[in-house]
Amino acid sequence: MITLSHFIVLGAILFCISVAGLFINRKNVIVLLMAIELMLLAVNINFVAFSRFNHDVAGQVFVFFILTVAAAESAIGLAILVLLFRNRSTVNVTEIDSMKG
Amino acid sequence: MPTFNDILIMVPEFYLVAAACVLLLADAFLPAHQRGPTLHWASIFVLVAGIYLVVAHQPDGAVTAFNGMFIRDGVAEILKVFALLCTILVFIYAKPYLSDRKLFIGEFYTLMLFALIGVMLLVSAGNLIMIYLGLELLTLSSYALVALNRDSELSSEAAIKYFVLGALASGMLLYGMSMVYGATNTLDLVQLRDAIPHSTMPHLLVFGLIFMIIGVAFKLGAAPFHMWIPDVYQGAPTAVTVFVGSAPKLAAFGMAFRLLATGMGDMAHQWQLMLAVLAVLSLAVGNLVAIVQTNLKRLLAYSTISHMGYLLLGLVNAGPEGYSSAMFYAISYALMSTAAFGVILALSRAGFECEEIEDFKGLNQRSPWMAFLMLLCMFSLAGVPPMFGFFAKLLVLQAAIHAGMMWLAIVGAVFAIIGLYYYLHVVKVMYFDKPVEGTVVRLQPDFTLRLALSVNALVLLVLGVYWGPLLGWCKQAFVG
Repeated sequence: MITLSHFIVLGAILFCISVAGLFINRKNVIVLLMAIELMLLAVNINFVAFSRFNHDVAGQVFVFFILTVAAAESAIGLAILVLLFRNRSTVNVTEIDSMKG
Repeated sequence: MPTFNDILIMVPEFYLVAAACVLLLADAFLPAHQRGPTLHWASIFVLVAGIYLVVAHQPDGAVTAFNGMFIRDGVAEILKVFALLCTILVFIYAKPYLSDRKLFIGEFYTLMLFALIGVMLLVSAGNLIMIYLGLELLTLSSYALVALNRDSELSSEAAIKYFVLGALASGMLLYGMSMVYGATNTLDLVQLRDAIPHSTMPHLLVFGLIFMIIGVAFKLGAAPFHMWIPDVYQGAPTAVTVFVGSAPKLAAFGMAFRLLATGMGDMAHQWQLMLAVLAVLSLAVGNLVAIVQTNLKRLLAYSTISHMGYLLLGLVNAGPEGYSSAMFYAISYALMSTAAFGVILALSRAGFECEEIEDFKGLNQRSPWMAFLMLLCMFSLAGVPPMFGFFAKLLVLQAAIHAGMMWLAIVGAVFAIIGLYYYLHVVKVMYFDKPVEGTVVRLQPDFTLRLALSVNALVLLVLGVYWGPLLGWCKQAFVG
């Protein structure tokens, strides 16, 4: 029997993977974008699970909004990434450090 | 079912969305040489009319629209008026800077208007969905604005940092929201407040609260979630920095108020201490790291972090007195930072960014009036009486004391004195150092800029002496 806690644990694991992806990743900015997407999807799993087990539809409505905004967000993220590559000829995270202090 | 009345309540927002769309079309169809000036004056007109719409027909007390999605009350009214006002100032200050750098384009105006609509929706949000959507509208527009100067390496670097950390913050906030939703089974903030005492999963609620506070702290720029602030302030074109430092701070206060006071008000004893820790860290990081900065924009960024610490001192009180003092602080900070960045914009010209502290050497000999305006800004930011910033600081310290956190108020006062050093350093450089050979400060000849900047900076002095009405207005908003 799959219970609510299974879904919550799955959501938590995905969330942790995405946070780890953001902080441990030292190579590529595109991986950061993927981690961000994963984070939003982890949240979506939480919302859908709570919505299903608490018999309230509002959580699933929220998921639609998150998905839509996530699409807009990755569009802007990729646009900024293209800009960065054009100016710096690199998408390496460790090389994006011209401002310090 | 939505009724006509719901639409009437939301008139300022509907009007701004329509106006922003019309301006977007105008940008596409006007001949190139008319675009900039037309959009500039049209946007300012739109915002002035927006202030009228917000203030006119303001109902007594709070009304809600669309089944509690949207709240129109005194808090929202004040924050919206000042957000609109700051944006008008930003448009006036930004114009010469943008035209010098070939950035005087329609995107700037439409993106700013959409960001402003995000601010307005955020401070009026009555539902977790609205908080998320308002926040995203604001931040997505801000990411694009930061990257406005497409050929600048620093701008694109600042934008990608802002984007990644901003998206992380949104993710944290959403994760917290999902847990709170799971524990209470509602997304409506008012129902949330009623459901919290009966929740069967108190641990989940605390978890959710922590994640939401992390999200809010990110958006405020409170330490230890402040990493994006210095880079974004320095890397963004100054015309955009001046915006990022003003209206979004009002929005972040509005978001914190709606989420914590309205939604999670019953858990105040839990979040008070978390906010107190954030406040102390922000005060320490902001004030100490600012001392070693040589770039004025970066210095003002660290000063923002410390100011967010003071704002949190007000929120820690968790009562009407604390909220009104925090709102007063947010307003004073927005006006002060607009003026300070306005001076930087007024002194920059084509091919020269007046943003190093060295560039201000001997400013008094070259332009006494600008030096005086900057002096007013610095005194106000430092909290020297009788400036606006002094009184705002006094109120938040008082609120912390009344919350029974004497130690917090003492920490705040000590860091205010430490902060005095780097603000006064700028003043010293302007008045007592000799100008660097070969640098000529040529002021922007734009008359509206000078007029608006002078009024903005003098208001900091006037409100410092004559603070009664504004404070009364803020207190009124939290009655009942």
